Amino acid sequence: MSNEDNKKVILKVYRTNYNKDDSPHYDKFEVPVKRWTTVLDALLHVKSYSDSSVGIRYSCRMASCGSCGMKINGRPSLACYTKISELKDDVVVCEPLPNFPRIRDLVSDFSQFFSHHKNMKPFIQNDKVSLDIDDKHDLVEFEQTHEDVDRYLQFSYCIRCGLCYSACPTVATDPKFPGPQALSQAYRYEADSRDDSKKTRFNIIDERHGIWRCHFAGSCSVVCPKGVDPALGIQLLKGHMLGLSKNNKKLSNLRTKNKE
Amino acid sequence: MALLRLRESQITKIHYLTGILSLFAVAIHIIFRLIMPFGQSLSYENVVANYHNIFYVILLESILVLISIHGFNGLRIILIELRQLHRWESTITILVLISMVGVIAYGTRTIVIASGL
Repeated sequence: MSNEDNKKVILKVYRTNYNKDDSPHYDKFEVPVKRWTTVLDALLHVKSYSDSSVGIRYSCRMASCGSCGMKINGRPSLACYTKISELKDDVVVCEPLPNFPRIRDLVSDFSQFFSHHKNMKPFIQNDKVSLDIDDKHDLVEFEQTHEDVDRYLQFSYCIRCGLCYSACPTVATDPKFPGPQALSQAYRYEADSRDDSKKTRFNIIDERHGIWRCHFAGSCSVVCPKGVDPALGIQLLKGHMLGLSKNNKKLSNLRTKNKE
Repeated sequence: MALLRLRESQITKIHYLTGILSLFAVAIHIIFRLIMPFGQSLSYENVVANYHNIFYVILLESILVLISIHGFNGLRIILIELRQLHRWESTITILVLISMVGVIAYGTRTIVIASGL
């Protein structure tokens, strides 16, 4: 058996329960790790064999659901996407995400974050399309070229894990600021050739605590586990709002299904 | 008050524009100082003579107005991030506007008196 197979690390987990006024402290657990062990695997090992009361939120274990976001060794990361071997440290510190209200241990409250996301009306809006469809033949589809899709594609990879929001220094001081996730989604729909509600979204973000409070620290793009560049989206959106850059967006044509 | 009803994008446009223009105006101002030895350029006679040059007076007034608008708006941005209450934001905006007008008025008065206009 090689040394690597016997390797153990210390997992320092932030513990508290805000509903019971528990004073925050760190619990230490010794966890055996392999080369491929992720922080989530280690936490689940702790729950199974050491302390089942450790509070974590997780679901897919494959960086698709965005549930297991936490601060790992000082950096917002997805626990399921962070291998302990890559941290190159014998002590792994797990803390709840900053900039989020905390509930218990590593679980934080996403209500405010989702509310900002919802405010951006993150769906296609197009006045040309009726929402009251009685007959399947009334269904329409939009024609989009590959270039049209490329304009917003990377921003549609967002899994709403909240890592960018927790890394944003503006959110830390201004909770009314929508944050990088919501603003990059505003850009995602602004750049989408199927959407024609530019004015509505601009009115939402063009206010005192809106897009102009972004100081372009760029930490949101650094921590994104899906390769989205929210800082780029925000700067492009700012450019469009100031009239400095052209979107060259041409609204998609509608293609009606032919009646059989 | 029309100024309070400006959208943030309009204020930002003014902020960026005054920032860029003040860079140019200050650069010209510094070049003025460098066309002769620095100590000599600040001698009493030279300074009074500068104030009697109409182009220099316009330059000084531009610097005063541009930097005041840019600087006070920067201060407003910092202050409204501190608290997220509508009343606080409006109060800060009004106070900053009053201070800005005050500084511009006082500076303009100095320029006008010194230039003997």
